[in-house]
Amino acid sequence: MKIYDAAFVCRSKNAGPFQVTVDLMFSTPESYRKVLESPRFTPEVIGKLYNVTPDRIAIKTFESILTVKVVLPRQHGSGSPLDTDVYGSQQHFPLGNLEI
Amino acid sequence: MKDSIRYLSLCGLLGYGYSPVSLENALKQELDFIGVDAGSTDPGPYYLGSGKGFVKRLQIKRDLSLILKEAKLRGIPLIIGSAGGSGAKPHVETVLEIIREIVAEQGFSLRAAVIFSDLSADFLKQTAEGHLFSCGGSPEFDPACVDKLSNPVAQFGTDPIIEALKLEPDVIVSGRCCDTAVFASFPIWKGFDPGLALHAAKIAECGALCARPVGANDSLVVEMFRDFFTVEPPNPVRTCTPDSVAAHSLYEQPDPNCFYEPEGKIDLSACKFEQIGPRKVKVTGSRLIPAEKKTTKLEGAVKAGYRAITIAGLRDPSAIRHLDEIEKGVRAAVAESANFVKEGEYSLRFLRYGLDAVTGGNEPPPEVLPREVGLVIEAIAPTQEQADALLGLARSKALHQGFPDRKATAGNLAFPFSPSDFAGGAVYEFALYHLTDLPLQFEPQLMVIE
Repeated sequence: MKIYDAAFVCRSKNAGPFQVTVDLMFSTPESYRKVLESPRFTPEVIGKLYNVTPDRIAIKTFESILTVKVVLPRQHGSGSPLDTDVYGSQQHFPLGNLEI
Repeated sequence: MKDSIRYLSLCGLLGYGYSPVSLENALKQELDFIGVDAGSTDPGPYYLGSGKGFVKRLQIKRDLSLILKEAKLRGIPLIIGSAGGSGAKPHVETVLEIIREIVAEQGFSLRAAVIFSDLSADFLKQTAEGHLFSCGGSPEFDPACVDKLSNPVAQFGTDPIIEALKLEPDVIVSGRCCDTAVFASFPIWKGFDPGLALHAAKIAECGALCARPVGANDSLVVEMFRDFFTVEPPNPVRTCTPDSVAAHSLYEQPDPNCFYEPEGKIDLSACKFEQIGPRKVKVTGSRLIPAEKKTTKLEGAVKAGYRAITIAGLRDPSAIRHLDEIEKGVRAAVAESANFVKEGEYSLRFLRYGLDAVTGGNEPPPEVLPREVGLVIEAIAPTQEQADALLGLARSKALHQGFPDRKATAGNLAFPFSPSDFAGGAVYEFALYHLTDLPLQFEPQLMVIE
């Protein structure tokens, strides 16, 4: 199953001009845990997807609201010459495609 | 001492609009102040760098024209934060000009307290000597940028707005400030709990975004008490629920359990949300852990050149298959002909919508090529004239560039527009997005607008 299908909200947005956060919200504790416990849901795997080193990725979990936040560094600052997504609102992929 | 404070957040961003019904309902009760946040870095560095607003003048005028006179007649102070979008001097002055127009058209006068948040070159030089710290993943500050910064500003907290409130103005027009400062200053000034005041402000600054249906383009009424606060949208079509208000703390924040302001860390881990009316939610438990050392975030942009773009579509399957070769040929031809700009001083970019323009190298190319591809070619150069000419070369070459198995030998691109090319103006990037530990002071200036 892909993360995009497991979550009922799968979105990304700037957290300032140099970071993007991907929010994953789940409707059941089972789907929340399935993603978190997946051996592929790690900074190492996610870092490879976004071409950044694992130490620059933070995975934050909020069990009471069945939500996971993944904080990613931007390769180019928002709106700078090489940026492709000023608001960062379409950067939940490739993470959304990750099989768990 | 007052036991409670009631305030109105006009809308999520000045110029995004709000329902006149919301305003009418909100004004049925006594209000201590009205606030509206006008700022964001989300639309990118261009607006700070250029001194222009990302919300259009007429949008701002509409939102202010319904409220300014009404608030003045009722003696309710109006607080506008990060005026003009980025809150630098040109942005603040644009908003003052709009207010002057409204005052002239509607025939009244206002006492305005204005707070500029611009930074001097001398101060920036001091900060560059070891007093700038990365913020939210910003790269290390390059001291060579100090003199190139366009419209550097500080994003201050509640202190300058409290000073402005003491002058008892009709309206406060503030330069760049924290969104929370717009709404937390008055309650903190009146001795209310700063943790609750800042949490309420964090919710209020987005207007009715915490309601369902969500509405950044609508209002929210907040009531502050000694040990809790309530939120309720004045528009009867919207409802706040414990879930909708709690979910708001997830929005645009790295951590829903806390957030940071110049005043300190606001801990939300013990927060409780309760439904206490059909559309009203009560919040308790927000707590401020005061900062040990006060820091202020600074923002500034530098110009990276000028942009020109063209937009075209591709349908020919062989052209789509050979886009890499087409791009390579165009780059070589441009390098050969562009004698008006030095190599290394310009850049060309091919954004291939349908293939890889959005997530780029982060995803493998599609297994099946799409039927059509949208192509944006971009040139960035030190002047607009150079960018326009570079793009002209790139566009004409891309139209006729040869590649293997080319059957459509009359042209590779479908241009939807004539003229095909667009001058994009200056391109900026955030060079300053850092915290400083040096003290800063901002004095409100009182003026009469008539």
